[in-house]
Amino acid sequence: MKLFKTLSLLLLLACAIAFPLVVSDGEMTTIAFFTLLFAAMVTGWNILAGFSGYIALGHAVYFGIGAYALAIICDHWGVSATAPWGPLPAGYPIFLLAPVAGLVVAAIAIPSGWVALRVRRHAFIIITIAIFFIGQLLAYNLRAFTRGSSGFDLPLPFQWSGNAYTLPFYYAVLLLLLLALLIARAVRHSHYGLCLLAIRDDEDRAKGLGVKTGFAKLTAFVISTWIIGTAGALWAYFIGTIYPNSAFDPTFDLAVALMSFLGGLGTLSGPLLGALLLEPVRQYLASTNPDWYLVIYGALFLVVLLLLPRGIVPTLQDRWAQYRARLLDRLSEHKVEVSLAAPLPALLWRARQHGVSLYAGRQERQERRVEASLSENSEPVALNQEGGGHQ
Amino acid sequence: MGQLVIEGIILGILTGGVYALMSSGLTLVFGVMDIINVGQGALVILGAYLSYVLQQYLQVDLFVGLLITLPLMFLLGVALAFIFRPIKRDRTVLSVLVTFGLALIIEGVLNLLFSADTVGLQGWYINASIPLPFFHPTFYLPYIYVFAFLLAVVLLGGLYVLLYRTRFGQSVRASMENRTAAELIGMNVERISMVTLGIGVALAAAGGMAFGATGGGFNANSAYDLISRLLAIVVFGGLGSLSGALVASVVMLVIENVTDLLWSPTWATTVFFLLLVLILVVRPQGLLGQKEGRKQ
Repeated sequence: MKLFKTLSLLLLLACAIAFPLVVSDGEMTTIAFFTLLFAAMVTGWNILAGFSGYIALGHAVYFGIGAYALAIICDHWGVSATAPWGPLPAGYPIFLLAPVAGLVVAAIAIPSGWVALRVRRHAFIIITIAIFFIGQLLAYNLRAFTRGSSGFDLPLPFQWSGNAYTLPFYYAVLLLLLLALLIARAVRHSHYGLCLLAIRDDEDRAKGLGVKTGFAKLTAFVISTWIIGTAGALWAYFIGTIYPNSAFDPTFDLAVALMSFLGGLGTLSGPLLGALLLEPVRQYLASTNPDWYLVIYGALFLVVLLLLPRGIVPTLQDRWAQYRARLLDRLSEHKVEVSLAAPLPALLWRARQHGVSLYAGRQERQERRVEASLSENSEPVALNQEGGGHQ
Repeated sequence: MGQLVIEGIILGILTGGVYALMSSGLTLVFGVMDIINVGQGALVILGAYLSYVLQQYLQVDLFVGLLITLPLMFLLGVALAFIFRPIKRDRTVLSVLVTFGLALIIEGVLNLLFSADTVGLQGWYINASIPLPFFHPTFYLPYIYVFAFLLAVVLLGGLYVLLYRTRFGQSVRASMENRTAAELIGMNVERISMVTLGIGVALAAAGGMAFGATGGGFNANSAYDLISRLLAIVVFGGLGSLSGALVASVVMLVIENVTDLLWSPTWATTVFFLLLVLILVVRPQGLLGQKEGRKQ
């Protein structure tokens, strides 16, 4: 099972690496770039919102600061995108500066996160939104730093032209996504990650049991902002010119939250899945149907939240567990010896070998119901109808 | 200098009344239904556009038009309440996202119908102004500021009577204090919620008319600017506290207007947001809010 999982993940990675080589159309690779960018950011956001339960709706501010940080660094140091630097060919040194811009963002996130994390739940949401608007206003008003509403130009890599322009950005952002996933996985499987989950479930009790809640929350906040800030820097380099209203976009957090909720908040694969499903749709809608874009997107948002509030991955996991439990029930009824920990494919194979079908025939079911009502113990039938209780 | 401060304070109090209209709806709905209506900004703009349509195509006076827009928006609010019924778990968090989705839909529809051009409301009281005595140079105060403030006083007074002098108001306050307990003693909290959301949305519409008339032009995009201010106001005053929302509206607008006149309009809002963050460092529950109890 573990091998199967690893192999499929490697296959997915190979597909991601091969994608821009197979599909060379510039428009498609741009959509793919944005999809991976959002996948990385949603994964980062999920470390805070999914694990610790603090739904931050102002992370667009860190995206914007990351974008501006890279622009200001490049401007200040006179970095050019057409001159090589050391062993690196022209254009690539700036990719190394993106994580540095991320560090600037993380440094800013420490005080602002400390303020925001003093409150919980809805007040936290609103403060993060307020901090976002402060950031946007500052980008407009601190003209000496940001050049106000006239926008900030980044160095342009002229040497990459045409359909090949997107390639370096695509791989840079793929690298960031892998890094984000590794970080999220490491956090999820560590003692620290358990502390975050404890905070999500009951912060006061976690504190009472000795979890350093303040430190854990703040580090999760800073880690998530580093990933989002680095993504913002990559985005700025890709776009070329940034403005306060494009770098600080109020619908950004909505998109990130929607992707998380669609895939499954707090799971590892859920946010990734949500981003891979939604971002192409969003890009497609925005480019082909700008008039109806907001209406359709908002409606999609409502449908997802009202019909699938728990997200795809948790819902599927439940279904999977129910299916497995039912199969185990049927196998034990037919006196087939299986290990309870056996993976689903092995169970299916055993069932096939012994001619056990998952669904009992109608007549057989009725007979069993009569039997059950005659005997005292009617539990197995009831369990069967409910779809099993092992979860 | 001193005169500019007084002018700022006068303008701040008058426009603060308008913001009190919009934010009281927000905080009332939060108190009863536990939902943060991020769509309030979009609903305000929707209300402003309704007044605009009535004035532009039917030549209805802005204040008379409220007799039509308020009931309409009340019904819209009641209808919206049905969306929140199925949400039981994580209501507050999900409501932020759901109402944000609603706001997007409203913004998209308004953009489709009216394009992104800014429009303004008209009326004799918008162009004419009162010269105030004792001011050198003379300070001209447009009539609309006074009228909008009076409208806010009348509507908020009506809200006060409804909440504190009627049986229905008693049940609203009971549900604000403890929803479960109100349900247990046999109150129809769902119905109370529907009416409350209706009132909140209707107040937003009244605020929208006043906002459109006092704030110059508006378009669908103005909703973002509005909702950030409204959220800041209700958090500053304490979520779920009506008097907090009133005080915070006036404080915010006075600070904004004074900064605007003394320093520069670009910094006016930033100063308020910074003040909000400072207040929350000292008092996380807001000015008049109650400390949140432990939730199991």
